[in-house]
Amino acid sequence: MNAPAIPMTFKCRAHDAVHDAQLRRNFRGAMDFLMAKRAAQFPDGDELERLRSFGNAVRARALSKLPELLERLETNLTRNGVKVHWAETVDEANAIVHDIVRAHEARQVIKGKSMVSEEMEMNHYLEGHGVDCLESDMGEFIVQLGNEKPSHIIMPAIHLNAGQVASLFHDKLEVDYTEDVDRLIQIGRETLRRKFYEADIGVSGVNFAVAETGSLLLVENEGNGRMSTTVPPVHIAVTGIEKVVENLRDVVPLLSLLTRSATGQPITTYVNVISGPRKAEELDGPQEVHLVLLDNGRSQAFADSELRQTLNCIRCGACMNHCPVYTRIGGHAYGTVYPGPIGKIITPHMLGLEATKDLPSASSLCGACGEVCPVKIPIPAILRRLREENVRAPDDEPRHMRGQGSKYSRAEGLAWKGWRLLNTSPRLYRLFNLAATRLSALTPPKLGPWTEHHSAPKAAPRSLHELAREHLGED
Amino acid sequence: MSNGTSNTASNATRLAPPLAAARTYPEQKPSDVYLFGTCVLDLFFPDAGMDAIRLLEREGIRVHFPQGQSCCGQPAYTSGYTDDAREVARAQLALFARDWPVVVPSGSCAGMFRHHYPELFAGEPDTLKQVDALSARTYELAEFLLEVCKIRLEDRGAPVKVALHTSCSARREMGTHVHGRALLAQLEQVERVDHDHESECCGFGGTFSVRMPDIAGAMVRDKTAALKGSGAAEVVSADCGCLLNINGAFEKQYERLRGEHLASFLLRRSGGKADGGQS
Ligand code: SF4
Repeated sequence: MNAPAIPMTFKCRAHDAVHDAQLRRNFRGAMDFLMAKRAAQFPDGDELERLRSFGNAVRARALSKLPELLERLETNLTRNGVKVHWAETVDEANAIVHDIVRAHEARQVIKGKSMVSEEMEMNHYLEGHGVDCLESDMGEFIVQLGNEKPSHIIMPAIHLNAGQVASLFHDKLEVDYTEDVDRLIQIGRETLRRKFYEADIGVSGVNFAVAETGSLLLVENEGNGRMSTTVPPVHIAVTGIEKVVENLRDVVPLLSLLTRSATGQPITTYVNVISGPRKAEELDGPQEVHLVLLDNGRSQAFADSELRQTLNCIRCGACMNHCPVYTRIGGHAYGTVYPGPIGKIITPHMLGLEATKDLPSASSLCGACGEVCPVKIPIPAILRRLREENVRAPDDEPRHMRGQGSKYSRAEGLAWKGWRLLNTSPRLYRLFNLAATRLSALTPPKLGPWTEHHSAPKAAPRSLHELAREHLGED
Repeated sequence: MSNGTSNTASNATRLAPPLAAARTYPEQKPSDVYLFGTCVLDLFFPDAGMDAIRLLEREGIRVHFPQGQSCCGQPAYTSGYTDDAREVARAQLALFARDWPVVVPSGSCAGMFRHHYPELFAGEPDTLKQVDALSARTYELAEFLLEVCKIRLEDRGAPVKVALHTSCSARREMGTHVHGRALLAQLEQVERVDHDHESECCGFGGTFSVRMPDIAGAMVRDKTAALKGSGAAEVVSADCGCLLNINGAFEKQYERLRGEHLASFLLRRSGGKADGGQS
């Protein structure tokens, strides 16, 4: 049976994206802006390095005791009155949310920004069950209005410029066309504001789940997160199991790294710390708070010491902002919820390598992502590792990943064996070089994909081996 | 601006802090070094290899070029064929057995020796000792000329504007972009100009450029456009993979500009005989 044609479609989407001049301009401009903002936050390279090492250590420590911290988190959240649910798959997570929705006979859900809810395709799922799920983050709202998916984990609508948003609002909200960004935001806010009071349930993501205190931290800039988690009578937070940290002290460096790396802000406008539902003497807040902890393949990454580092991620998006591939093709071309470098290394655990096999190859391994990652995930090394898992024989033991060997090819394996023979046998290598240099004139003018953008490379008349032999003698 | 640690060009690019600070260099210039020529240079830029040898010889160093050498193993390594890469690496190991420094005229192959060989042999404690020793005495050419040879270059050429492209490995793994810049800064008549998005990858990435031609093609088109737009009359780089990529694209675009290997440029400017590099 052939695997679904996802590899082709990635290349097709990438092809279309690099030829979309408007999209290229939008992304280049936006990424340049975000890179400059981040750079301005870290004027001192040494401080940045120290902070990154600190952030890495905090995340590594949390992961090293992940099961224990998750248990503590559950205990302390429960003590605070938060109901904790565990979901291994997105289907389970959706079913949990649906149960809560049903119990409250909810018709309208309002949602703050949450990539895990995107992972679950919660909007789509709830819609299928007759429940309207409205996005309250401005970027998400725009994307939902346009029937699109987020193209960036922090800036969901970054692929659109003001003119495109203006047209969208004009069409869908029937307002006068304006490219005035402040006015556009105003229009969006007015539309949303009404909905906050109509919603039965508010959904949010989580940036850090603090085990020691049983608190959920949520950062945002628009206040929609605070509205979504406090106005409706029920709040459901959804998050991945890796988001747990040990204590509030650990949050300090991570928060600083997150906001500075993501949007170049010293701190976000809002930092919400949610530690349970409304207490008897309190005037506001939800009556019920739920946390859904989702695995969705994270355990597979966790089980391998190298791949586990993927779970250090604090979802700042800096890796995509600095990625030359992401900048060229944008977020949608990846066809995955998480685009860019982090998407390439986390999605194979969620969907299996068979459905994502082209992603690890879509990198020049330039290292820009690893250089900026605030928690020092060695993204290029992990990409290389995924390539290795991709080309291993499907039945090779031990197995580390679902979809191992999805790019396994006997022919390619043999070609590399030939390459190995050539490069381990000096006499063969000498013969090859002799042939390559002497027959250089016979180089065909077309060499597969290479000559789409380059002329065919021609070997020099004599190799360095020959020239050096003449100059230095045999060595 | 020649210290290379900051980039004032208004192009939203940044340069990593110099990693070189983390490395200590021998006080004494050695009498002998090995040259690891790299497979791309061997076939496509052999003159640059000879120019590297001449630069080192001019510093009074005897250069050894083990004829059994081939490739550092990187193409297989980055493609995920780790076992094949390891065997090719093993074949090189035996050839550089004396404790002379190994000088590599390419940042990415130097990075392979220095950072990835220890990963490749992590499971073989005996070999690892040998590998660690090799890794510790591997230098990228520009780094070696500047920090170990303490070379002083005297410019004999006419005034010229030059753009320097540093490979991603040179910059991020080896931290040698600062050395390339410092060497150019020694040449009085040479003005190094920034180019747009200087720290961005040229799109080579070994097999990446063949596996993902659309994306890699977009990257190299932007890179060549930036180099052209910099106002530089010449383009210099110390990495043959990038040169193969950039020059191939220039040629395809019927551009006259070609990148030259840093070794050839330095030798030519400082009065040594250079065989070219404009191939
Ligand atoms: S991988 Fe690193 S840079 Fe990318 S989103 Fe996660 S934390 Fe940020």
